Amino acid sequence: MEHVTAVPSWAMFAYLVSGVLFILALRGLSSPATSRAGNRYGMIGMTIAMVTTLLTHGVASLPEIVGALAIGGGVGFVTARKIKMTDMPQLVAAFHSLVGLAAVLVGLAAYLNPQAFGIAGADGIIEPQSRIEMGLGIAIGAITFSGSIIAFLKLAGKMSGSPIMLPGRHVLNLGTLIAILGLVAYFTQDQSQWVIATITVLSFIIGFLLIIPIGGADMPVVVSMLNSYSGWAAAAMGFTLHNTAMIITGALVGSSGAILSYIMCKAMNRSFISVIAGGFGAAPEAAGGAAKEQRPWKRGSAEDAAYMMKEAENVIIIPGYGMAVSQAQHALREMGDVLKKEGVNVKYAIHPVAGRMPGHMNVLLAEANVPYDEVFELEDIQSEFSQADVAFIIGANDVVNPAAKTDKSSPIYGMPVFDVDKAKTIFFVKRSMGGVGYAGVDNDVFYMDQTMMLLADAKKMVEDIVKALAH
Amino acid sequence: MDFISILSIFVMACFVGYYVVWSVTPALHTPLMAVTNAISSVIVVGALVAAAAEGSAVSKWLGLGAVVLASVNIFGGFAVTERMLAMYKKKEKK
Repeated sequence: MEHVTAVPSWAMFAYLVSGVLFILALRGLSSPATSRAGNRYGMIGMTIAMVTTLLTHGVASLPEIVGALAIGGGVGFVTARKIKMTDMPQLVAAFHSLVGLAAVLVGLAAYLNPQAFGIAGADGIIEPQSRIEMGLGIAIGAITFSGSIIAFLKLAGKMSGSPIMLPGRHVLNLGTLIAILGLVAYFTQDQSQWVIATITVLSFIIGFLLIIPIGGADMPVVVSMLNSYSGWAAAAMGFTLHNTAMIITGALVGSSGAILSYIMCKAMNRSFISVIAGGFGAAPEAAGGAAKEQRPWKRGSAEDAAYMMKEAENVIIIPGYGMAVSQAQHALREMGDVLKKEGVNVKYAIHPVAGRMPGHMNVLLAEANVPYDEVFELEDIQSEFSQADVAFIIGANDVVNPAAKTDKSSPIYGMPVFDVDKAKTIFFVKRSMGGVGYAGVDNDVFYMDQTMMLLADAKKMVEDIVKALAH
Repeated sequence: MDFISILSIFVMACFVGYYVVWSVTPALHTPLMAVTNAISSVIVVGALVAAAAEGSAVSKWLGLGAVVLASVNIFGGFAVTERMLAMYKKKEKK
């Protein structure tokens, strides 16, 4: 049996180069102008890594490998071309699940044929250190896989977005995690099949258990977290294989996902632990809700909105998940164009947690050809609401709720929100008065003197406004 | 390579990742997730080793399975990132 321990030094160098190219791929994303070049670096890096691997290993099964690449590549490419931009969150979740499962398969393959990976002698005894790396890699991969599947089902609406709470779940989860770690430790002493099999199965289960109690509004955190896990899984496999490209990439992706999770948590003023513990948004009759339902509010029409915005100097548009659901981004851009022709200064304001994944709204607006220099982040536009004549809220809710600033009992207290109440007029596009945001809290903005509710499907309402503007 | 040099690379890469990712503009966070997804499929390297090796048929098929999954991600991830990035445009100067 061939014992592949010595990777030639040119190959080690090539893996390093591809690792550096991956760093440049992420570096490119610091601005839209350099981002496409960055993506190319990523592609080159991946090509180098793959070609190097094929060149340095005896490829007895080249036809099968080419076939596997063609099948996977074809499926991936077609999916990427066809997917609707609004479906991006579930696509990303689905992709995460594939990385996780691939890590599990590679780990199991390394376990069954350790000589091929250079981690065992001729007697087939795997080095203890490699067993830890392998065990952890499989565990993280399996958690990423089953967790991402649940996230995918929730994001795609194939499973209820509301949290599913099992009794005693904290004890159950903690127990399972401890059992997995215990087994990984035991694996160094005993490399029997049952150990690795149990680690795999338990990890699949814990991934599932961890994500089912997390509600729809927390999905940006979950998707980022799973992104991070997929990186750590790749890094663990890189340790097993002593491969620089995998280690660098794993560390990059792992930190990237972790930072995104942190940004998302901060934007909701929630701790990472409380998100993971789950259950947010489970109780629709949360604090301060019930008694306020009867307060008076004003209903506006498309004509009102058209008239007010045409006369306005500054209009700030705040999109949220509702815009994605009704696919209103194209109509919205059209409205923006008409207003700009009338000499109105139109800006878009995006909250970090708007939508179901980081940057979700930015992609949708970009898809609708909204120039990215008209789109602003929370801290960059916050001071402009006092000069705004109109704040146009479409499909957002919690991110404009003043209760986050004033009501200590509110579940969203402390979350940074847009100061829409400083705008002279507020138009709030919403399907009906009944529904509340994902946090399940009432919103004072509905009842303010300067607020007009535009109750309709977001896309239809914006189209009506565009028609009204034409008159 | 011994464990400590691998660990050094890993720790350094975590720091590089930390600083590089903080410099990513929030508007590109979705493409960031898509591209990190694509590059984390560098796990295909391990899959290729398993698929190319002789000695265990099961291991080879597991490797081939992993090659399929990882290549969905590689091609899909880079293609979808490219598609998204192509949509980000600046205001046209009049």
